[in-house]
Amino acid sequence: MSKRSHILALFGDFDKATHTIEALRDATIPGFKMRDVTLKSPIDHPECSDALGRRPVYIQIFSLLGAVLGSGLGFLGISSAQANFLRQQRGFFPIVPIPPDMVITYELFILGAVFFTITACLVMWRIHRVKTDLYDVQISLDKIGILVEADPQAIARLREIFTAHHALEISETN
Amino acid sequence: MNEALLEEKDVAVERRFEPKAKDIDDEISWAQINVDVLRSLERPRLLYWVIFFGSLALFMYGVYCEIYQYRNGLGAADLENPQVWGLYIATFIFWIGMSHSGTLLSAILLIMHADWRKPIYRFAEAMTTFSLMTAGLFVLVHLGRVWQFYYVVAYPNERWTWPNFSSPLVWDATAIGSYLTTSVIFLFFGMIPDLAICRDNATGYRRTFYRLMSMGWRGTDRQWSNFRVTYLTLACLLIPLAVSVHSIVATDFAVSQQPGWHTTSFPPYFVAGALYSGCAAIITLFIVLRYTFRFEKYMTIPILEKLCKLTFAISMVWTYLNLIEYAAVWYGTDPVAKQALVFRATGTYAGWWWAMNFFASVLPFTLTWKRLRTNIPIMLVVSVLLNFGMWDERFMIVTPTFAHGYYPWTWTQGWWPNWVQLGIVMGSFGWFNMLFMLFCKIFPSVSMYEVKEMVYHRREARKTIESLQPSLDP
Repeated sequence: MSKRSHILALFGDFDKATHTIEALRDATIPGFKMRDVTLKSPIDHPECSDALGRRPVYIQIFSLLGAVLGSGLGFLGISSAQANFLRQQRGFFPIVPIPPDMVITYELFILGAVFFTITACLVMWRIHRVKTDLYDVQISLDKIGILVEADPQAIARLREIFTAHHALEISETN
Repeated sequence: MNEALLEEKDVAVERRFEPKAKDIDDEISWAQINVDVLRSLERPRLLYWVIFFGSLALFMYGVYCEIYQYRNGLGAADLENPQVWGLYIATFIFWIGMSHSGTLLSAILLIMHADWRKPIYRFAEAMTTFSLMTAGLFVLVHLGRVWQFYYVVAYPNERWTWPNFSSPLVWDATAIGSYLTTSVIFLFFGMIPDLAICRDNATGYRRTFYRLMSMGWRGTDRQWSNFRVTYLTLACLLIPLAVSVHSIVATDFAVSQQPGWHTTSFPPYFVAGALYSGCAAIITLFIVLRYTFRFEKYMTIPILEKLCKLTFAISMVWTYLNLIEYAAVWYGTDPVAKQALVFRATGTYAGWWWAMNFFASVLPFTLTWKRLRTNIPIMLVVSVLLNFGMWDERFMIVTPTFAHGYYPWTWTQGWWPNWVQLGIVMGSFGWFNMLFMLFCKIFPSVSMYEVKEMVYHRREARKTIESLQPSLDP
């Protein structure tokens, strides 16, 4: 696999960034794929992100998984421990009291979902790839960045497209 | 005559379509938002240090009282039968209640797309977290034998001291633990984009700190889309958790046989009271932060007005449930519960009971007057008094009931918490304020990215309306 290059262009507003993404989509550049385009912005802008194409989010599946595991393990853990531990006679009291256990199960249901949701999100953020990213502190201020990872021969053409759409700054790494 | 009427009608129509005051100035630039909020991490007003060191002094006094109680036993705090809880559990409920408004403001209003919450929800969430931490302290303090705190946690052990799972006290530990964990995660997670802004503007050890805290945030589309879904999911999970926590705290009382407590309306009554006192506390902190960190551009009068209206609405829900509770006891079949109610209104604590009803049910009507609710000093006083009323409410739930139980030997007159209890309660306020002020100095107490979103969307909406205006004009 050949070494990939990165190019980052900064724009002053979302309209220009959206038009640039549309231009990238329409262009046919060898060594460049649309899935390698990343939008970087100071706020969430779903309309601009939509121009990149469908990028599904799978967090909810993990939330559901966490909720099921949390409640299941919570109930089974507590009730089996009670059943093992409370072998002594308790006169009319159930060894595994279902209604109070349900309260604790409910809390663990939510806690499990929370832990899985947050963990899934951090994994989906691809933190492990952050060090390879081009970044500019102006993105957290008021600029919109478009980062493209492509083969080195595609970079010149990408730069042309960015310049044509009035990019404020362009930086690249090889 | 007709002309005068027409003129009057015109004036009314003009008033109807008079543009309302903006929640926030949409002309403010994103860069300015960064500058204003980041400045709060650098140079607060003198009042900040006055509050911080005042709170530290109060906290230290509370620690002294706790050490005194620890060395001399709970008797030193004048806690003995029937007054076994004193102020500790009343204040515990108060702090648990305070935590609910953060959830209301950040989670419920997030789902309802009420964007006026954006400049103020961050400190409300912080308030949630620190209130819960303060409430947790009272669980330890009221034990007396602090070193045996682990008994409240549900765990099996070799000494056969398995906790009673049918007791709501065990549920309390689980629920509060879950709520605290989720609240901390929710607060931290919502701050990540802002921590990245801090990282990009900091130097030295601060930069390292914010770099670690911002979890590699780069503002990519993938990060934003996952962030949005995760934040919404956490909000949806937090709401039922918040309701369950205070319902369970209410169940601590409702499942007991004490007169006046054994009512089914307690859980909703507690939840409404929690939201109410929390909203009043948000008004207080709103005013303090607005002045201390020069947030006049973000914590605006129209937002304060909305907060006041919300507080008034919740206060009326609470008042209704309070009256329902009185009615349930009054028309109920338990004569001792009825006597306990009469004792509250006419006995030793009558002054406190009437003060509670006045501060919590009558005083909120000041929030309905625009002239009053837009007056910041008046609102500061009113919000503090509302919270005093709500603390008094918790005091009135606990103490008079213990002083007028089913057995005549419990009918104690004139019991009053001594200096140890009062000192620990005051120390808890110091602890809360100290943590809250530290938070505001280290982390951005106004959500920068959400305010940017708010400003951006309002500006776009205004542009759209302006572009449509020529075609709408006749």
